[in-house]
Amino acid sequence: MKNTVFLGALAAAGLASGLASAATLDDVKARGELNCGVNTGLVGFAAPDANGNWSGFDVAICKAVAAAVLGDASKVKYVPTTGQTRFTALASGEVDILSRNTTWTFSRDADLKFTFIGVNYYDGQGFMVNKSLGVTSAKELDGATVCIQTGTTTELNLADFFKTNNMTYSPVTIETNAEGEQQFLAGACDAYTTDASGLAATRAAFANPDDYVILPEIISKEPLGPLVRHGDDQWADITRWAMNALIAAEEYGVTSANIEELSKGTENPEINRLLGAGEDNLGAMIGLEKDWAKKAIIGAGGNYGEIFAATIGESTPIGLARGLNAQWTQGGLLYTPPFR
Amino acid sequence: MSDTHAQTVAYVRETMLPQATPPVSEVGAIKWLRENLFSGVLNTILTLVGIAAVIWVVQAALPWFLHGVWRANSLSECRQIIAESWGEGAHGACWAVIRERWNQFLFGFYPRDLYWRPVLALALLFVALAPILFAELPRKLIWASALYPAVAYILLWGGSLWVPISVMAGFGVGWLGLAIARRTGLPLLAPLAAVLLPLLWWLLLAGPAAGMLERAVPLWVQEVRSDKFGGFVLSITIGVAAIVLSLPLGVVLALGRRSDMLLVKALSVGFIEFIRGVPLITLLFTASLLLNYFLPPGTNFDIILRVIIMVTLFAAAYIAEVIRGGLAALPRGQYEAADSLGLDYWKSMQLIVLPQALKISIPGIVSTFIGLFKDTTLVIFVGLLDPLKGITDAVRAAIEWKGVYWEPFIFVGAIFFIFNFGMSRYSMYLERKLKRDHR
Amino acid sequence: MATVSDAPKASFRLSMLIYDTRYRSITIQVVVLLLFMAGAAWLVDNTVRNLAALGKDFSFGFLWNRAGYDINQMLVQYSNDSTHGRAMLIGLLNTLLVAFMSCVAATVLGVIIGVLRLSPNWIIGRLTTVYVEMFRNIPVLLWILVAYAVFTEVLPAPNAFRGDNPTASMILFDSVALTNRYTAIPDPMFARSLGNIDVGLFLVSLDLVAIIAVITGSVLVNRKILASATAVQNATGVRPVTWWKSILVLVAPVVLLLLALGFHAERPVLRGFNFTGGLDVSNSLMALWLGLTLYTAAFIAEIVRAGIGAVSRGQTEAAFALGLRPNRTMSLVILPQALRVIVPPLISQYLNITKNSSLAIAVGYMDLRGTLGGITLNQTGRELECVLLMMLIYLTISLLISGAMNVYNNSVKLKER
Repeated sequence: MKNTVFLGALAAAGLASGLASAATLDDVKARGELNCGVNTGLVGFAAPDANGNWSGFDVAICKAVAAAVLGDASKVKYVPTTGQTRFTALASGEVDILSRNTTWTFSRDADLKFTFIGVNYYDGQGFMVNKSLGVTSAKELDGATVCIQTGTTTELNLADFFKTNNMTYSPVTIETNAEGEQQFLAGACDAYTTDASGLAATRAAFANPDDYVILPEIISKEPLGPLVRHGDDQWADITRWAMNALIAAEEYGVTSANIEELSKGTENPEINRLLGAGEDNLGAMIGLEKDWAKKAIIGAGGNYGEIFAATIGESTPIGLARGLNAQWTQGGLLYTPPFR
Repeated sequence: MSDTHAQTVAYVRETMLPQATPPVSEVGAIKWLRENLFSGVLNTILTLVGIAAVIWVVQAALPWFLHGVWRANSLSECRQIIAESWGEGAHGACWAVIRERWNQFLFGFYPRDLYWRPVLALALLFVALAPILFAELPRKLIWASALYPAVAYILLWGGSLWVPISVMAGFGVGWLGLAIARRTGLPLLAPLAAVLLPLLWWLLLAGPAAGMLERAVPLWVQEVRSDKFGGFVLSITIGVAAIVLSLPLGVVLALGRRSDMLLVKALSVGFIEFIRGVPLITLLFTASLLLNYFLPPGTNFDIILRVIIMVTLFAAAYIAEVIRGGLAALPRGQYEAADSLGLDYWKSMQLIVLPQALKISIPGIVSTFIGLFKDTTLVIFVGLLDPLKGITDAVRAAIEWKGVYWEPFIFVGAIFFIFNFGMSRYSMYLERKLKRDHR
Repeated sequence: MATVSDAPKASFRLSMLIYDTRYRSITIQVVVLLLFMAGAAWLVDNTVRNLAALGKDFSFGFLWNRAGYDINQMLVQYSNDSTHGRAMLIGLLNTLLVAFMSCVAATVLGVIIGVLRLSPNWIIGRLTTVYVEMFRNIPVLLWILVAYAVFTEVLPAPNAFRGDNPTASMILFDSVALTNRYTAIPDPMFARSLGNIDVGLFLVSLDLVAIIAVITGSVLVNRKILASATAVQNATGVRPVTWWKSILVLVAPVVLLLLALGFHAERPVLRGFNFTGGLDVSNSLMALWLGLTLYTAAFIAEIVRAGIGAVSRGQTEAAFALGLRPNRTMSLVILPQALRVIVPPLISQYLNITKNSSLAIAVGYMDLRGTLGGITLNQTGRELECVLLMMLIYLTISLLISGAMNVYNNSVKLKER
């Protein structure tokens, strides 16, 4: 008997089914699927296609975790959340993991009681302006009208930036990216500010992308990452290492093409430990199968680099360069702890 | 008496002149124009302003509509086609996005091979409404209508057939309890049994019973979970469910508001005024953000169900006011007549007052439903994909359609218009049919 | 012959609580009260336990913390160093502003369209029908978005006013600039200002207080003049000429005061990215205002039409028989009677406007829901407190509106025997 809507209501009335226990892992296994909170729609990061299948950079994390825990990347229930409902959905147990381009901040960690399991995208807030303004630096935006998406950290960063530089501005608050683009294109604001990844994606979709420039200043640190609730360390470990497995796979050169080959055993003990090909059973330590990481990588659609390239990389219309999100060996910030 | 006539006075005519044709300004189109459009200075000004407004709107929007592109795979392709066929800088609609994603606007992410199920549920809704709206049909059909919620549930969500059956069984339990309690002859026991027994059944036995029956005799329809709901399927589901569920609640609240018991009246008034005094959006926030606080720790159930619960409470307050108007519109004589027949409160309500009051209230209920149906667009603010903004934003998040702005709005607005216009016309027809006075 | 005997003195038995209708209602009320209290206790208990489980407390202390975000329309002083409570106040004032503006505009437009719908002019009749059906049957959220988009697309950007031969120009003697961000209007300034007083929550401009006081005085004096004229008319049958007295009393004091204060209007001037020096009425306000107005006016038009239709034909015929012209019939006979039918549904439309103004976030207008229920809720993570407070404030506004309108409603109610 599956848990239907109706039985959910019964549970609310005090029936014992559907009550969340302390261990998220047991819940997910019993449910047979992972509830993953995603954006209601953000190009490249999370979007449903015409058949309702979700894909994107943030969605890959959901798939990786589902594959690692349940062995099937399709066993995910995507819960679209808005900037306003996302934290409640996670705190109340409606979702097991929130993978929705969320900035890791002190207060969200300490005050809202969440555990960030790492950073899957190093971002920063930037500005985009029309070339015809002749503005070359964000420091020249004194008195400008700035379009800004509400419900995020960007509002606070913007206020701080203009304050520290002794400049004034008037914010035009917008609710979704679509409204923002429409306002910006019509010239209702001089500058459009959001995370640099979002700016690039937005600019890519314009009819004449070349008329717009993204200013060089990055005014904030926006480490975006998935998060889980406080108080379930085992679940935090599982999700953290599922994500790390994707990053490590790229570092060691494990791709979706050669992973079957490599999982038969290699000379490199680190890869063997990662893919569960050697003696060591890392999966047992976090309550999963031996080949959990292999499943996670296959489920997510490849290693970190492959996912990046397929969803938001330079070959896609969004065209983001790796930049800070390159491996540490390539001069980026991705540096996963060792699998040992 | 005058004795002047043609013989004595030359200028008196004796024969009737043949009828002359009316002057050209008094017939046909010109007369119509003069009387309807240019009958006075003010009227002429109004006419000219009206014509100017129409011309301005058409001039602004028509080229954009005419340049519309139906076959393209992305917005940039649309722009290319428009530029090629109408010259650089021409604007045009890109209807291709509707052509590719219309099913999402209507059905959300409902599985394509099961589209017949929501459509059938909607069609059956009209069948179920027929006996309520058309008095000519045999009364027995009401029982068939009573089964509709179970049928609709199975069609929309699927899953085990035993779940709605065991829920429906609760009403049977209540009816049995009522019948048995009536035999004992104790007053108040009957209504108590009718309320408490189904509650106990639903809380304690319905779930396990459904589970047991499912294990014994599996009856299973392909399940469609709530996260697949979106677009108009979601809007109509929320709207219809909320209205159907809120009707009994609204009746109870309306009766409570007119009750002689101070406390019951105070509670009803408090509830109605509270709900009517806050925006629906705060209630939706309650559904998505706060319900987890108010219910026992760890409970968590479907967001659609939570939204339906809150929207039901919302609609109940408005329905209660509509029905209160209906009760007030009933002549006092009806109440007095019921009392003089020696009917007790419930009997007089059930047999005399409510049937008439509800009949008066139908137009009001329809307009409440229209308002509610429009308000379902607000569920985007709690992360459900409504057709107006939710699905639209999801479509815009696809690379190929990023930047599409007006077309989805026009499409969705048109569908809303068709639905609501039909309903409001129907309620006007009802109003005319139910009108008893001649003017 | 039956002998009449006294009814037996009923002694109170427990079963009377159920059987005797006099006591039954008490029984029912007690049961209802117990159920209600049990339900409330259950909810509160759950909330307390859930908060404990989440490690959160229930306090409104966050209202005194620094907000840290900016708001683009503030009627009283605010900066990002102000508190969340202050931001809430700004949002509340913005809500009240747009609700008030929309109520006034929707009433005017609704009455005009409602009367026009009854007009014999064929084109106008059709157009108003189209208008009403269009706006009634499509969600208000869409209209607000459409209004915003139209403002954005149709009006020129401030850039267009720049240069030697700009593509856009200001209107009304170069004093008003319609742009796709805001409408810049002249700002009234006082060369010899009286200054401001700080009344705790905000500063009150003494100039404004003085102007309001003078106007009120003028109106009162004018009423006195009119009353005495009426008295003379009643006594002699001839009404003395009063119009020039009225004009003098109403206009002269205000003009004198403005001259004394050194009133002048500062025109908006394009400097840098934007117009400065004037007042900017933001487009999000205009769009929300327009969207709410157009949408609600359709409903009000229907209410007005129904109200006029509710006045029986006989009244019109009687007025015509008295020789009243159609316009005077409308204003003297029909409208006063129609008002009784019109006012109650009109109240609920005003409430709807207030509640629908919470959609402001869709066009980025920072109202109560945008500040308290939006950014503050997001930054502090206090959903319970923010949503409850928001509900409470909206509820208070609604009750005040319906209370005030009910007072008026009672004054125009038909006094029946």
